Amino acid sequence: MRRPRRVIVVGGGLGGLWSALRVAEAGYQVEIFSLFEVKRSHSVCAQGGINASIDTKGERDSVWQHIVDTLKGGAYLANQPPVKTLCEEAPGIIRTFERMGVTFSRTAEGLLDLRLFGGVKNRRTLFAGASTGQQLLYGVDQEIRRQEALGRVRKFEWWEFLSLVKDSQGICKGIVAMNLRTMDVKGFRADAVILATGGMGHVFGHRSTNSTNSTGSAACRAYQQGARFANCEFFQFHPTAMLGDDKTRLMSEAARGEGGRIWVPKNPGDQRKASRIPEQERYYFLEEWYPSYGNTVPRDLASRAIWKVVHEMGLGVGGEDKVYLDLTHLNPGFIEQRLHAILDIYRKFHGTDPVHEPMEIYPSAHYAMGGLWVDFEKDEASGGLKAGSPRNHATNLPGLYACGECDYGYHGANRLGANSLLSASFSGRVAGEAVASYLKGLEVGIEQVPEHFYTEEISRQQRINEELLKGGGGENPYTLHHELGEIMSGQVGVVRDNTTLKQAIDSLQGLAQRCQTVDLESSNSWSNQGLVYARQLQEMVHLGLVIASSALARDECRGAHYKPAFELTPPTDAYPGDPAYEVYRGKWKKQNQQWLKTTITEHATAGPRISFDQVDLSVLPPEEPRDYR
Amino acid sequence: MAKTIELNIRRQDTPYSPPYWQRFSIPYRRGHNIVSALMVIREHPHTREGKRVDPVAWEFNCMEEVCGACSMMINGRPRQACSTLVDSLDQPIRLEPLSKFPVVRDLMVDRSKIFNDLKRVRAWIEIDGAWDIHEGAPRIAPETWRENYLFSRCMSCGCCLEACPEYAVEKDFVGPAALAAVRLMNNHPTGRYHRRQRLHAIMGDDGLSNCGNAQNCVRVCPKQIPLTTAIGELGRQTSLQLLRDLFGKSE
Ligand SMILES: Cc1cc2nc3c(=O)[nH]c(=O)nc-3n(C[C@H](O)[C@H](O)[C@H](O)COP(=O)(O)OP(=O)(O)OC[C@H]3O[C@@H](n4cnc5c(N)ncnc54)[C@H](O)[C@@H]3O)c2cc1C
Ligand code: SF4
Ligand code: SF4
Ligand code: FES
Repeated sequence: MRRPRRVIVVGGGLGGLWSALRVAEAGYQVEIFSLFEVKRSHSVCAQGGINASIDTKGERDSVWQHIVDTLKGGAYLANQPPVKTLCEEAPGIIRTFERMGVTFSRTAEGLLDLRLFGGVKNRRTLFAGASTGQQLLYGVDQEIRRQEALGRVRKFEWWEFLSLVKDSQGICKGIVAMNLRTMDVKGFRADAVILATGGMGHVFGHRSTNSTNSTGSAACRAYQQGARFANCEFFQFHPTAMLGDDKTRLMSEAARGEGGRIWVPKNPGDQRKASRIPEQERYYFLEEWYPSYGNTVPRDLASRAIWKVVHEMGLGVGGEDKVYLDLTHLNPGFIEQRLHAILDIYRKFHGTDPVHEPMEIYPSAHYAMGGLWVDFEKDEASGGLKAGSPRNHATNLPGLYACGECDYGYHGANRLGANSLLSASFSGRVAGEAVASYLKGLEVGIEQVPEHFYTEEISRQQRINEELLKGGGGENPYTLHHELGEIMSGQVGVVRDNTTLKQAIDSLQGLAQRCQTVDLESSNSWSNQGLVYARQLQEMVHLGLVIASSALARDECRGAHYKPAFELTPPTDAYPGDPAYEVYRGKWKKQNQQWLKTTITEHATAGPRISFDQVDLSVLPPEEPRDYR
Repeated sequence: MAKTIELNIRRQDTPYSPPYWQRFSIPYRRGHNIVSALMVIREHPHTREGKRVDPVAWEFNCMEEVCGACSMMINGRPRQACSTLVDSLDQPIRLEPLSKFPVVRDLMVDRSKIFNDLKRVRAWIEIDGAWDIHEGAPRIAPETWRENYLFSRCMSCGCCLEACPEYAVEKDFVGPAALAAVRLMNNHPTGRYHRRQRLHAIMGDDGLSNCGNAQNCVRVCPKQIPLTTAIGELGRQTSLQLLRDLFGKSE
């Protein structure tokens, strides 16, 4: 009898668990690796909601409109067939979550409730109280637990993925992982590997809304073994994150939506408490710069405006990187009811009450649109994804798949709010089904892969540990991480410029050197968190280089990537049809000809090698530039 | 003298070595929580006496009180380290690992029993498969939704288990969190189809009857989950089930 084929899924967030479920349901054995109990994955942080067009609010919302919003929101940079299928199948994903036991919020008549989310006109966002991501993850987590009880899934929690094992033909045949308690390094055989290791916000230091698992290091390890990255320069900064030493916490868009106003004191030296500063000495810059949208401008515009006020005009509150988000003029009863979750977080973590004192906020690294490059197969008949194709979500390394935030699909140059819980779930499902097809076509079983491929990779990883543990260089990994954060947030952040990017790359190269010589001074060989951190830090610096190099290569403004030196602005007072506007449209199309391409990064010893790839625009060819007036 | 934050931390190098205490002192900063204070210590791991030591190991991920990772004893009470502000605590702050679970190292414990117990009580909904069945979601009364939602936020942090006098790793009592999960699953529109199995799983010696109704669990749950309400409801459900079992009525 042949042993059943075995698949390793690295990551237990929404992406990982969905893929594991579909592989297990196809009858294959699954092993899930995670840094901790999968139920604690970053996906639980998402509060806002998940998009699916179900049109129950009398607004004639449609799947097509969801597709259009996603593609335009992403500045046309996403391949369109996968986006088409994502939006078409979103309602089905919601129904499946319901069956798994997720309690989506209901209307008075017991129907699924919807809320409005940034960047779109129709209500399309489903939510489960104030903890949608948590509820969704628990739904799949329960199903995985059931598969575990049935013996189809085995979990390796408290194991960190270190590297891939490839056979003589470069086909991925397993992984090397480290037990985070005993620090044992071991090899694991698998017929296919799926990476679902989440985002990389921590490359921007502690100025990120992400959980600590979002270091991007797993993806970066695969990259250094030959997997390609795509679109890494595109990183979404959330404009309104509450400040903190450990992390920045998201204050949802709702705060501005319900009437919150953003301001700074006109005099940056003003020592008074915010509530003591009279109206005429406050600068409501968003209201002044964007009269028609005011405080509700989209995320990227808000982030840039805050950046400008603080960095170019020197008006940050108390000379620091912060501005006020003010709710104190609103009716306390009203905001208590509408913004309960935000008030709760702010009170709990800041210790002051936003009903009486303005909140202090600043833009913060939130979501990586870029990530591991993945393939797709288009179904010519439908124009969407070909169901069950083994090419879907396959990386360029045979046998290696990627899904969830660590891949680059779906969001192009910018992500719409509430679209990533959807893409993490959907991509997990698609990747699981693709792997099942891949296994069917596989001839050689893992039993036949010679042992030395594993033992060699294990030794290589053990040597890296030994080098780091030797220490003696005097560098402190935690301090280096702060430095990385300063470089990335300061020079590769919301606003970019080629001279500064070049400086950043130089500094990052220096940092990469220093990361080799950290002093762990940790004699304990049990749960050595310093060693784990030092290894992740090396990958984060590496990723910083990938992000900065990709940003340097793209001389335009698109979505979240903003380089003012190359900005193309629409003529004032001219609208479609006017000659001046049509000249602008022509320039915009020319820009697309040159730059509407996927940025591909490949690892090389000299540094990231960059090239550009065509985007599949077969669903909605770009005709209309984005216009916020 | 500059203001400081004083911490006494119970440490343990391996699961097999004896515990010991160390005192740390870090510069005061407004807004510190226990996680951010521990981050300062890991970057500058010196005791108050200036001795360089191994950084303190602890667990955390979300830093927003939603992943459940960072539970520990803070001044004698089980709490989430990330959402406990230093300014709200008496100093020196005493940090200890949860006592009901085996210590892995320092403030880290092995909570796998929590997840095994969820398996024991079959805390899942049986579905044919994770695919679309092209059928709309069932209607649910907002009131029912609200009640269920309260229970669905349990993040398996283990604070209630730490506080429960009947719960221990050596004992088999599943504890309040798993019981609340049964309550939740049994009230789901299709989850109720398998109510009987779940009730049987908690009707044995190590199930519901072990609860002495001490109410400690509800008092410490960071998510304010009405655990004793769930236990009360399950008491009624199991009594009915017992009758059904006796008189052979199938559900
Ligand atoms: C504060 C916040 C709010 C958000 N709100 C929303 C929202 O309202 N709507 C929305 O659509 N999106 C939202 N998002 C985005 C969304 O939450 C994420 O994109 C999504 O959850 C990512 O899921 P994932 O499965 O890819 O990764 P994750 O949930 O991050 O899981 C990653 C997994 O990988 C594992 N892992 C990582 N590295 C390794 C390794 N080396 N070895 C082994 N295991 C490893 C971890 O243990 C973990 O299990 C929000 C994000 C943030 C930060
Ligand atoms: S009420 Fe029951 S479950 Fe809760 S603490 Fe007391 S004995 Fe434990
Ligand atoms: S019931 Fe409350 S205290 Fe107990 S594990 Fe769940 S969240 Fe934690
Ligand atoms: S770190 Fe997640 S609950 Fe505290």
